[in-house]
Amino acid sequence: MMWSRRMDAGLLVPDLLEKNMTQWEALQRAAHEHRIGRREFLRGAAALGITSAMATATLSKAGYADEPKKGGTLRLGISGGSTTDSLDPITYNNSTAVNVGYQIFNGLIEIDEKQNAVPELLESWEVKPGAKEWIFNIRQGVTFHNGKSLTAEDILYSINRNRGKDSKSPIAGSLADVADLTKVDDHQIRFTLNNGNADFLYVLADFHLLVVPDGFTDWSKPIGTGAFKFSEWQPGVRSSSKRNENYWKSGRGFVDNVELTVIAEPAARMNALISGQVDVIDRVDKKAVDLLKTASTVSLLQSPAGWHGIMAMMLDKAPYNNKELRLALRYALDREQVLQTLFNGYGSVANDHPVPSFDPFFNSELPQWAYDADKAAFHFKKAGLSGAKIELSASDAAFVGAVDMALLLQASARKAGIDMQVKKEPADGYWDNVWLKAPFSISYWNGRPAATELLGIPYKSDAAWNETHWHNEAFDKLLANAKAETDTAKRKTYIWEMQRMLHDDGGALIPVFSDFLDGYSVKVKGQSPHTTFDLCNSRVCEKVWLES
Amino acid sequence: MFKLISQRVALGLLTLLLASALIFLGVEALPGDLASKLLANNATPENLAALRLELGLDRPMLVRYWEWLSHMLQGDFGASLSNKRAIIGDLGPRALNTFFLAGYAAVIAVPLAVALGIIAAIRQGGIFDRLVNVVTLFSISVPEFFIGYVLVMLLAVKIRLFPVLSNVTPDTDFMQRLYLTFLPMATMVMVVVAHMMRMTRASVLAVMASPYIEMAILKGLPKWRIVVQHALPNALAPILNVVALNLAYLIVGVVVVEVVFVYPGMGQWIVDSVSKKDLPVVQACGMIFAAVFITLNILADVLAIISNPRLRHPR
Repeated sequence: MMWSRRMDAGLLVPDLLEKNMTQWEALQRAAHEHRIGRREFLRGAAALGITSAMATATLSKAGYADEPKKGGTLRLGISGGSTTDSLDPITYNNSTAVNVGYQIFNGLIEIDEKQNAVPELLESWEVKPGAKEWIFNIRQGVTFHNGKSLTAEDILYSINRNRGKDSKSPIAGSLADVADLTKVDDHQIRFTLNNGNADFLYVLADFHLLVVPDGFTDWSKPIGTGAFKFSEWQPGVRSSSKRNENYWKSGRGFVDNVELTVIAEPAARMNALISGQVDVIDRVDKKAVDLLKTASTVSLLQSPAGWHGIMAMMLDKAPYNNKELRLALRYALDREQVLQTLFNGYGSVANDHPVPSFDPFFNSELPQWAYDADKAAFHFKKAGLSGAKIELSASDAAFVGAVDMALLLQASARKAGIDMQVKKEPADGYWDNVWLKAPFSISYWNGRPAATELLGIPYKSDAAWNETHWHNEAFDKLLANAKAETDTAKRKTYIWEMQRMLHDDGGALIPVFSDFLDGYSVKVKGQSPHTTFDLCNSRVCEKVWLES
Repeated sequence: MFKLISQRVALGLLTLLLASALIFLGVEALPGDLASKLLANNATPENLAALRLELGLDRPMLVRYWEWLSHMLQGDFGASLSNKRAIIGDLGPRALNTFFLAGYAAVIAVPLAVALGIIAAIRQGGIFDRLVNVVTLFSISVPEFFIGYVLVMLLAVKIRLFPVLSNVTPDTDFMQRLYLTFLPMATMVMVVVAHMMRMTRASVLAVMASPYIEMAILKGLPKWRIVVQHALPNALAPILNVVALNLAYLIVGVVVVEVVFVYPGMGQWIVDSVSKKDLPVVQACGMIFAAVFITLNILADVLAIISNPRLRHPR
């Protein structure tokens, strides 16, 4: 699917003004990179006096089909499904379960491509000043696959399963701030929070909160309001579903059937896509991606994302309580090398705080940490720690490539005269016995659409997952202020300052943010990059259609 | 004869019981538990405790083992801890897939290996002998995922004869199944043929050195008749043992092939369950694998006895 600007330029009508021509080229580029929508593009083209035929031709070359088409079977090959999976939303912990979940169920709130929180089953809302009280109107006229209408009870049930002390939900912690959740009437609910949170919508966008009917427990035959009705599920093997003819969302849900196969092996996934046995794959192997580029039937979708590996030092444990040592390690970490070696360049260099550069609240004025052996050696000497034991605990249980990341740091540190060890921990029990226990260990975080969550979940003083033991009152105060504040300019100053604090003094070494790479057959249309998660934030099935 | 067989079966059942205890202890000895593996980096002390309570992991190890064993003795495999699905429902199709693929490979591999072994023995030192030896040595030396990927690259991606994925479902009909599983079958055949073929060749040749074969040669019998009629029956015992060993391997050693071809057999299931410590599933798979091993070994013993008159009529 090569797109040549030169060819299109040759077709331009001769009397087009030169200025218009540059704008037209910019517009085409924007369309090609999917930065603007189809409608926006057509409007822009019309304003420049471009014939609609030419504009449409550009669109289809850029991967926008004329109109979504109904029908066909979409076949997905997904990594990370396990035979231990269940379709109960509060148990989801891998891509396969989440993808099937988004076929069958709907969320409360959707995150769009630009990281905005937009309505899904919660149709509209009102937030009281201070962001402590939130009132939501529930979408009316939505029915479950069994014909039952959606009411407040269903929403309350789906949320409350994730709340409370005895909840086994992974997000019980982030919902602990909800003091009270009540039904106002059949179509309205009210949240009262202990502390204001202007980003509360993003908390509600979590996939563990997918909406199920009140009292539902039969996870072998799940019933939702989603674009597809459940037909079959074999954990860790496959799933299939059929289009819901009565889907409430317009402009979503085109294909008749979805068939998902779990393909754990990256090479097998890639071969299946190239040979046409599946139409969509996730997690394209970054080291082998060039093979896919040569296949003419395949297109790649790259999404910049907030996923990052982190090497966490506990700030209250020696020797990591020594600021000079932390500085030395910051200079000793060759981020560019990590990006090129481990991620084949598909990502961006990070700056020891968790906010990626595409986030609206990214602090763009912080100096970028970069490898400097001399400075590393200087600070290491200043730390006066020669002979101290610096040992990084790592395992590929954290993420594939974690041990390599640790070894890269070890090697670049050695060049600066810093002697550190990498302790390869067993994969079994890593999260249980090593993470949050070893003073210097490796783990990862997924990106999140709200900077306050990125900064709050791992770095708030009393956070359960405070890997670096970052206890900083000023930071906590800024976080509370940023959450309670609804004025964007003020929030920005708070969030920028938090990033600066972590950047200068935190215990986290964050080398890079990794991009997501999906592979699509060229006949799949309608997908677009999403910074939150791969495969259009797991909503690929309801978004795409098939060109014959 | 009957007494001998019943003795072996009783010993086999005892081995099975021991195996179940060993598997339980082994998995239990791994660090972490199902709750911490399911929650991974989403765990907090509160939700971990809640999940452990729900899964019954807060109870002592012996209680859980006894609970599993007593159900098992009544023929109840129980349910997976992690997703509450009845194990027997998932076990059926998966075990069927594993046995189907093993059977498919065995039907091709065993006659092929024995025939090749015999021909190599007849033509000892000839071109054919040397060629077969080199090819089989090669196929046994490279790891099976490598053979699998080479076959995929050649026969599924470059020339699209066969599918990359062997994703059979319970509704797949027999012929379609044979087609879908051709590549994994071919991979497994290449892995096991060498061992059986070389054992056939070696034991036939060993017998060929005995005086009664010399007698047959002096009588002027054609070579193929000497080998097939006189040498082979006496060389059968070690061959049967190696065949049994390889048949067992076809069932319990196919995890890698299953992963490469995305074939829904028992291998991936047991790997997932061990890594998450979902004990009832591990136990169920372990029992099946152990039973297969024991049964095949008993079978090999019995066949060896039947094929040997001296053992058949012990003095």
